[in-house]
Amino acid sequence: MNTLTRAWDSDLAYSFRHSPVALVSALILVLLLGSALFSGTVAPYNPFDLATLNLMDSRQPPAFLPEGTTAHLLGTDDQGRDILSAILYGLRISLIVGVLSVLFAVTLGIAIGLLAGYAGGTTDSVLMRIADVQLSFPAILIALLTDGIVSASLPPALHDQLQIFILVFAIGISFWPQFARTVRGSTLVERSRDYVLAARVIGLSPLRIMTRHILPNVLGPVLVIGTLTLGLAIISEATLSFLGVGLPPTQPSVGTLIRIGNDFLFSGEWWIALFPGIALVLTVLAINLLGDWLRDALNPRLQ
Amino acid sequence: MTPKPPLLEVQDLRVEFPTRRGTLRALDGVTLSINRGEILGVVGESGAGKSLTGAAIIGLLERPGRIAAGHIRFDGQRIDTLSQSAMRPIRGKQIGAIFQDPLTTLNPLYTVGRQLTETMQAHLPLSDREARTRAVRWLEDVGIPAAAQRLDAYPHQFSGGMRQRVVIALALCAEPRLVIADEPTTALDVSIQAQIIALLRRITRDHGTAVMLVTHDMGVIAETADRVAVMYAGRVIEVGPVRDVVHHPQHPYTAGLMASIPALDHRVPRLQQIDGAMPRLGAMPPGCPYNPRCPQAFDLCRTRRPELMAAGPTRAACWLHAPHSAV
Repeated sequence: MNTLTRAWDSDLAYSFRHSPVALVSALILVLLLGSALFSGTVAPYNPFDLATLNLMDSRQPPAFLPEGTTAHLLGTDDQGRDILSAILYGLRISLIVGVLSVLFAVTLGIAIGLLAGYAGGTTDSVLMRIADVQLSFPAILIALLTDGIVSASLPPALHDQLQIFILVFAIGISFWPQFARTVRGSTLVERSRDYVLAARVIGLSPLRIMTRHILPNVLGPVLVIGTLTLGLAIISEATLSFLGVGLPPTQPSVGTLIRIGNDFLFSGEWWIALFPGIALVLTVLAINLLGDWLRDALNPRLQ
Repeated sequence: MTPKPPLLEVQDLRVEFPTRRGTLRALDGVTLSINRGEILGVVGESGAGKSLTGAAIIGLLERPGRIAAGHIRFDGQRIDTLSQSAMRPIRGKQIGAIFQDPLTTLNPLYTVGRQLTETMQAHLPLSDREARTRAVRWLEDVGIPAAAQRLDAYPHQFSGGMRQRVVIALALCAEPRLVIADEPTTALDVSIQAQIIALLRRITRDHGTAVMLVTHDMGVIAETADRVAVMYAGRVIEVGPVRDVVHHPQHPYTAGLMASIPALDHRVPRLQQIDGAMPRLGAMPPGCPYNPRCPQAFDLCRTRRPELMAAGPTRAACWLHAPHSAV
């Protein structure tokens, strides 16, 4: 039996095929992800190409309104940028920042959680108290704080280039405790299993035992929390961009677009904020629903 | 020519657990030795310190337990003072271990082949191909049919008895000189137990591996071991060749233990038992720890603790065997 048929036959794949919510979410996510990743070719315009921008096109309403044109399906913003294209480009940046920051948080959280759970004692106490302290602040505050500190300590000339990485770092830092706690908990359980004792008796090094024997056995919950955190991370990024400390208007993410649109909400150009908002909600909703499905599907007690 | 020292030598080993209510002495002066290629049975009630002795030897005492006194020598070298990292090349390579429960000793996420090759490659300079060939041979050796195909199976695809065979292969594949088998058959069906014990005996004899066989099953010991050490309340109270200890026990506790084993060849109205229970660690009686239960106890037993002394064919820690001049 090859890997493909085995994957198709697995319980997870079966549960996926029989869950309408998961199927629809996955479909929406694939559509959004696909068009965002290939925004360069899918999008009708390049919103970053100043040469194609025409201020005469600014604040055009979407195509379904009487004054709208089919040239700009979802209308344009104050600088004449096509909203649909801006959303696709913005979504790509949002997703990149989201995925990278979750990866960062997962890596950090796993490393700290494994260490705390396996070493125990003082190491465990110190690491977990740090996590507790951080968890007593809202994640967005930590991200805001980190972003501020990192930005202030870097020369302003580098800001625009490094902004994405500063964001990834700030958002990643704000989410590691959840992963560390989960991994630590599972590590404590696995550590007392005989196969870990057997691995020690074989004479393997602690690092090897942690990474090769314990880690694969604690990854299940991490996968679920990782998926759910991806939604939160994208919202964090949007919030930071909305507050103006995230990505600059020259490189707008979905959050930046909403902030720009916010200025025009009361002057009647509601579409500038609304459509990026819908895109954000759809993306996060699809990710969360998939995460929920994954959690239920991986929990044998719920079947 | 001086005789070779025994492979493993444990002397006056004392293991303590500091607790809120004072220090508990779980092992109090354990002395035993294992020669090359010999099978030493270690018997005793639950809590006598059998498993703890094994854990102390291999350096895996759970915190806050610690070795407070005595020493452990392996092949003439002290190993109780080694750091964890210095101990690592000895574990697996020199001293292997088999645990009670084969269901949890194997990592559920790796194939048995991978676990075998990983173990071998951690200690022996083997290529992937050589390690795989050897792994197949080990599986065949422990009696797993169609070994080559079973190599890529996961632990859950094996039955309990088969898994314990794999665990034995795992403990022996780096060719250690001593294996500590901590109740290797307790979790298994009675019908499988005999097979596993026979396998353990054959395979260690073939490879010249010494075994410390921890169990509370006298039958297993009688069948397998060369010598036997009887433990009670954290110390060895009798040690000697298995035949002598079984047929001519010198310590009253060993005698009681033997009398409480049901025999198939004659009827007894009621099985003998040893009255009372082993003293708790925090409430050791003065003198011999067995004196409150001992039918033959006399004054000396209640005041002074006996050490192991020559007692007929065995050595026993009992004042009954003291030469009169010493008493």
